[in-house]
Amino acid sequence: MKIIIAGCGKIGSTILASLVAEGHEVVAIDTDPDVISEMNNIYDVMGAVGNCADSDVLKEAGIETTSLFVAVTGSDELNMLSCFLARRMGAHHTIARIRKPEYNDDSLDLLKKELHLSMAINPDLMTAKQLYNLLKFPSAVKIETFSDQAFELVEIKLKADSALDGMKLSEMRGKYQAKVLICVVQRGDEVFIPDGNFVLKSGDRVGISAAPAEITKFLRDLGVLQKKAKNVMILGGSRIAYYLATHLTGAGNTVKIIERDPEIAKDLAELLPKARVILGDGARQELLMEEGLPDSDAFVALTGMDEENVLMSIFASSQNVPTVISKINRPEMAALAERLNVDTVVSPRRYTAEALLRYARAVHNSMGSKVETLYQILDGSAEALEFTVTNDPKLVNIPLKDLKLKPNLLIAGILRDRRPIIPGGADMMLPDDRVVVVSAGQKLSDLSDILR
Amino acid sequence: MNRKMVFRTVGMIVLLEAALLLLPLVTSLIYGEAKSALAFLETIGIAVVFGGALCLFCKTEKTTIYAKEGFVVTALTWILLSLIGALPFVFSGDIPSYIDAVFETASGFSTTGATILDDPAVCSHGILFWRSFTHWLGGMGVLVLMVAILPAGNEGRPIHILRAEMPGPTMGKLVPKLKDTAKILYVLYLALTGIEVVFLLCGGMSLFEALTLSFGTAGTGGLALRADSIAFYSSYVQWTITVFMFLFGVNFNLYYLILIGKAKQIFKNEELWTYTGIVVAAALMIAVNVRDTFATFGEAIRAGFFQTVAFITTTGYSTAPFDSWPVFSKTILFTLMFIGGCAGSTGGGLKVARILLMFKTAKRDLTKMLHPRSVPVVRMDGRIVEEDTVRNLGSYLMIYFIFFLFFTFVLSFEKDFNLLENITAVSACLNNIGPGFGKVSSTCAGYSDVSKCFLSLAMLLGRLEIYPILFCFVPSTWSKK
Repeated sequence: MKIIIAGCGKIGSTILASLVAEGHEVVAIDTDPDVISEMNNIYDVMGAVGNCADSDVLKEAGIETTSLFVAVTGSDELNMLSCFLARRMGAHHTIARIRKPEYNDDSLDLLKKELHLSMAINPDLMTAKQLYNLLKFPSAVKIETFSDQAFELVEIKLKADSALDGMKLSEMRGKYQAKVLICVVQRGDEVFIPDGNFVLKSGDRVGISAAPAEITKFLRDLGVLQKKAKNVMILGGSRIAYYLATHLTGAGNTVKIIERDPEIAKDLAELLPKARVILGDGARQELLMEEGLPDSDAFVALTGMDEENVLMSIFASSQNVPTVISKINRPEMAALAERLNVDTVVSPRRYTAEALLRYARAVHNSMGSKVETLYQILDGSAEALEFTVTNDPKLVNIPLKDLKLKPNLLIAGILRDRRPIIPGGADMMLPDDRVVVVSAGQKLSDLSDILR
Repeated sequence: MNRKMVFRTVGMIVLLEAALLLLPLVTSLIYGEAKSALAFLETIGIAVVFGGALCLFCKTEKTTIYAKEGFVVTALTWILLSLIGALPFVFSGDIPSYIDAVFETASGFSTTGATILDDPAVCSHGILFWRSFTHWLGGMGVLVLMVAILPAGNEGRPIHILRAEMPGPTMGKLVPKLKDTAKILYVLYLALTGIEVVFLLCGGMSLFEALTLSFGTAGTGGLALRADSIAFYSSYVQWTITVFMFLFGVNFNLYYLILIGKAKQIFKNEELWTYTGIVVAAALMIAVNVRDTFATFGEAIRAGFFQTVAFITTTGYSTAPFDSWPVFSKTILFTLMFIGGCAGSTGGGLKVARILLMFKTAKRDLTKMLHPRSVPVVRMDGRIVEEDTVRNLGSYLMIYFIFFLFFTFVLSFEKDFNLLENITAVSACLNNIGPGFGKVSSTCAGYSDVSKCFLSLAMLLGRLEIYPILFCFVPSTWSKK
């Protein structure tokens, strides 16, 4: 499938990398010739230099034959304009990044409709939502929801004294009442789709899928459930901080935002009447102590600097703040942070890339059973996808144990009439069910891809 | 530098060469030539063992190829291909001296067409087929072939290899994926060659002759089957070859544009029109200049066009004794040697695009002298040419002429050759043409072994546009620092 990506900044290049890895034909547009030649050298793409809202540049990039046009330049207005042009000039689907809060209110629907946008992505808002989920449920490293939250996939890390250390998965089911499924395990650099004989170890990162209530029950039985964060301190007054604070204060939590730029701090204070905005340098430990860091339930580091986020998170952990989350944009920094025991990391880049991959696969495969949801889990080494089951005789009405599935793949859940089922070998898929598939090391774009 | 990956890639190419040697082997078997068939079998065996060993012993996790590795892979590949490709000539006994055989093979792969054989007809069919087939492979490039047919890894970044192998000042992809670009180029190349074969068959040629001469035309090589090159064949054949030499000297991207229905863009291509203009003007001037040596003016026109196209595309076929033409015509031919074909074609030389750019840069600099405050830009095909490209062109020209002088000095120790012959021999090799003037207008057999080695190197340098081979011999490329 031919895809054009306009704007090769942080987000643009991440998207580009994942789309090229999926085997799409990608054309990159950027105003800076050096950026384009860099992209050309690293990835197997074609480049066009110029303004992406210039019809000549779009024509050079081959807009007539393009299935998907993605505009992720730094300017919302340019993104919208170029998507509008691209659509008029023949692109089948257009996606624009629209970040500014003033466009992300009621006017967004109107904009989407009038500009014929297939999707508007807002990485900041997506990240804020993910953060909000994590703060509601602080035991997890990462939470993904399927089918409007009827089903969840929660990643947790097994601490050294975990009750699950050394436990065989088949024994686990007898010991705990909760109906959950451990569907994927990361140990070191390896990723396993475990069977009943798999033995868990401390230090593993495990993906657990189930209905939200069941997961809560399971974590409570394990003794690792933490209460919701009520009192949150946010470092850095970025857009993510704004969206997160809106969500949190809306749900009645107390929020403190520390921002060093007086202008931004003033704007935030005007926009967020319920939050407390503190003007000051968040890298100063004294300031954090004065503002009551040790009494906070959660500390979220959202400055533009990965390094500062990591360092201040380490400091917050040392002050026994129960939940510490930091935003890290560069993937190599995320790996380093993990080594420094900063467990929970959010990355706007990755959420954007996920959203786009999901859309690209759905477009690519619009005939069959579409990908409804796609999450990259365990740092992108595995994927969880949600499909709607079509009436495919090779799949439906066959007990799962009789299906010849590919290796490293698991059906983690079936949703029938919005009721989640943790499937056993005797269960089967029915038409109009939604299924969640977890797979490692392969890219699925259709439900039938799970068969050998 | 990632040596393991370099050697592994080179090993893969050697295995690919072993596979390609099956074609001349089949030819030998068809003609029942046991000796040459055995020679090909032995060479295939050596290539499989050697290439297989390189692939087996150089396994590495780091498969990334950066610019440096790209240059070295390209240089090593072409040198090794020539060294191994020379073996069948020696094993079959058709060219007993290994150095002569290497010269012949380097001449083949680099699409030069210079030969040490007085009369190629003494060779067996299998050997002649291989000789011409190396032209075809060298024309579009062996590494391009590898990228086109071998399964692509996402991480390999083979773009640096292709950039080093494909001639021209800049490399543009046709489609986003490199592999698809390479495939499209080879399909176009194959199709165009196929069409020429059909045209030649219609001229009453045997399949063997049609194939080998088409290979020579397609790669703009020029190794022929007879001592008098193409002069023996009918005027129909000569015109057909003229037209196809011209076509193979055109940038292949333009054929792709026609194929996808964007033929209009071709009219904007300045290089194509300059190339066509030079050909028509040079051919007419030569035809008028040499009309007395031919019975009719029509024949003069035919010879003029044939020889002009043969020189500018750097093919180097001949239909007339151009060496005995008036000095004016010879000077035109000598000039054409340096111009060469279009960028992105199979032709050698400096390339029309570079010449065009050179004139435009000169014009810009002169304007700047007259109007010191003006802000002139260099445009090509309506687009602004980047300053980097202009600067690179300057240094390329300088290095090119340094090498030109260097090889001329090397040849100056030859007793039997005069300066003109040496200069034209170097020009013929460095620009991948083949024949020079004087004694070297038909064969280079008279040169000593040392000179032949240097001329072989000059041919590969010319085909790869100097840099890859130059970097390969610079010690700092190989050091770990």
